[in-house]
Amino acid sequence: MGGIDASVLTISPGRPLRASVTTFGALVGSGFRRYATYRQATIAGSFTNIVFGFLRCYVLLAVAAGAVGGRPGGYDTAQLATFVWVGQGLLTVVGIWGPPDLSDRIRSGDVASDLLRPVAPVTAYLAADLGRFLHAVLTRMIGPLIVGAIFFTLAVPTRWQTVPLFAVSAVLATIGSFGCRFLINATAYWLHDARGPLVLWTLSSGLLAGLYFPLRMLPEWLAVTLWVATPFPGLLQTPLDVLVERDPPVQQAGLVLLQACWAVALLALCRLVQHRAERKLVVQGG
Amino acid sequence: MGEIGAYVALLGGKLRSMAAYRTSFAIELLSNLGSTVLDVVTVFVLYRATAVVGGFSLAESLLMTGLTAAGFTLADMIVGNIDDLKRYVRTGTLDTVLIRPLRVLPQLIFMDLPLRKLLRLAFGIFVYAAALVANHIQWTAARALLAVVAPIAAGVFFGAIFVLTASLAFWWVESGEIGASFTYGGRDFTSYPITVYGDWFRDLFAYALGFGLVAYQPALALLGRTDPLGLPAWAGYAAPLVAAPAVAIAALVWGTGIRHYRSTGS
Repeated sequence: MGGIDASVLTISPGRPLRASVTTFGALVGSGFRRYATYRQATIAGSFTNIVFGFLRCYVLLAVAAGAVGGRPGGYDTAQLATFVWVGQGLLTVVGIWGPPDLSDRIRSGDVASDLLRPVAPVTAYLAADLGRFLHAVLTRMIGPLIVGAIFFTLAVPTRWQTVPLFAVSAVLATIGSFGCRFLINATAYWLHDARGPLVLWTLSSGLLAGLYFPLRMLPEWLAVTLWVATPFPGLLQTPLDVLVERDPPVQQAGLVLLQACWAVALLALCRLVQHRAERKLVVQGG
Repeated sequence: MGEIGAYVALLGGKLRSMAAYRTSFAIELLSNLGSTVLDVVTVFVLYRATAVVGGFSLAESLLMTGLTAAGFTLADMIVGNIDDLKRYVRTGTLDTVLIRPLRVLPQLIFMDLPLRKLLRLAFGIFVYAAALVANHIQWTAARALLAVVAPIAAGVFFGAIFVLTASLAFWWVESGEIGASFTYGGRDFTSYPITVYGDWFRDLFAYALGFGLVAYQPALALLGRTDPLGLPAWAGYAAPLVAAPAVAIAALVWGTGIRHYRSTGS
């Protein structure tokens, strides 16, 4: 093969940065290959995203048809359609409903082998999740986008900075989503079974991230509170608002900056929680 | 009687395992309630922007949402966990189930009967009842009967859809989330007046797959409204009958699937 694989790499003592970058890259690659194995699941998942795309798009367009000025939440119909269809792809790219690997490993005791590795668990899991992100970008955005473009009129970006800003926003959303999921899964260190918190997450994330309806349709004080006080809008709503150019450029950049703050805060919190957990962890199983 | 004893034992095991993780169970009970609450909240949020969606007012829409919620949560509680069939097939758990001298479907149901969904069912029924009151329905004997039969028929219909989509795993283990398009997707479809959907999409879901008869048609009959899409008034009263062919097809596909099943050998 000759390519990188998940085997132990030689860590060069003289060049620690290069070593850690290579290790991180290898972990990203293995995360990518893990998802590339399940081609049928990719097709099945896209089919489901597309069905829900139709359901949500028709309902929102019917709301727009009855709304004053035809712009519910300040979106025109093309913006709403883009919001729904790109959202259906972005949902998997951001990985809001990723598999509960960490809590399963805590429950089974496999997490012990994660702790033996020379890479911090938060870093290793983040790398694997970015591999998943890359795979999803290449496979899961296309289906909903094509179907959406065939059956509905989508909004085409008019500003030069929209697409690059959307890319940055999508990466930040993925890191934010990873941070949230890591924290939810980490409750298994204390609860042993993270199923309850996971259900709570699945539920609140979909609504509060803007999957079911754009959060701008909520009363303004509530939308602002969500944006500032919770990481949820940064998971879907912000990148989608950037793409459909819902706000003036400066405000868009501000929203992405807010996303970045949340991403950093969440990663720091993950490290802290992991650190605390390692001090009290009793390895399950045997 | 021996059979019933076996099912009671399965259920008892399940209850004891829940008692071992009380915090998680309590959270699950509330989160499951939350999922249906949020569906209803979504309807309210959408109606903030407009008074009429697809020609129907908020109260009228809520009747469809409530009818769907009551029926869906009933089906989801009883047979919803059949979704896990993919996992049972892949891991070989189904082999264990097959060699026991009990029927397969009831075993799978009792192995993981999710009592955490009880609160949610209660809420679904509450929304339906509230919507019935809010709409000032002109009660007749036929409407009263329909009001009781419709959510049960909806539950049976969704149950059949759960079994049908789960059966896909007998032929295609990696079918992943496709089933959700028709179970959860079907629920989302019937939660709104079907006038909102585009022509071919509505024809497919409402008439070819039968979802239009689950909540929309019975709701029209209860409200005494004529169908803007042109079905006659009696269609709403006949609509619950759609559960019968759905169950027949689901039973046929399930039976064929069980006979077709080959162990994965793991």
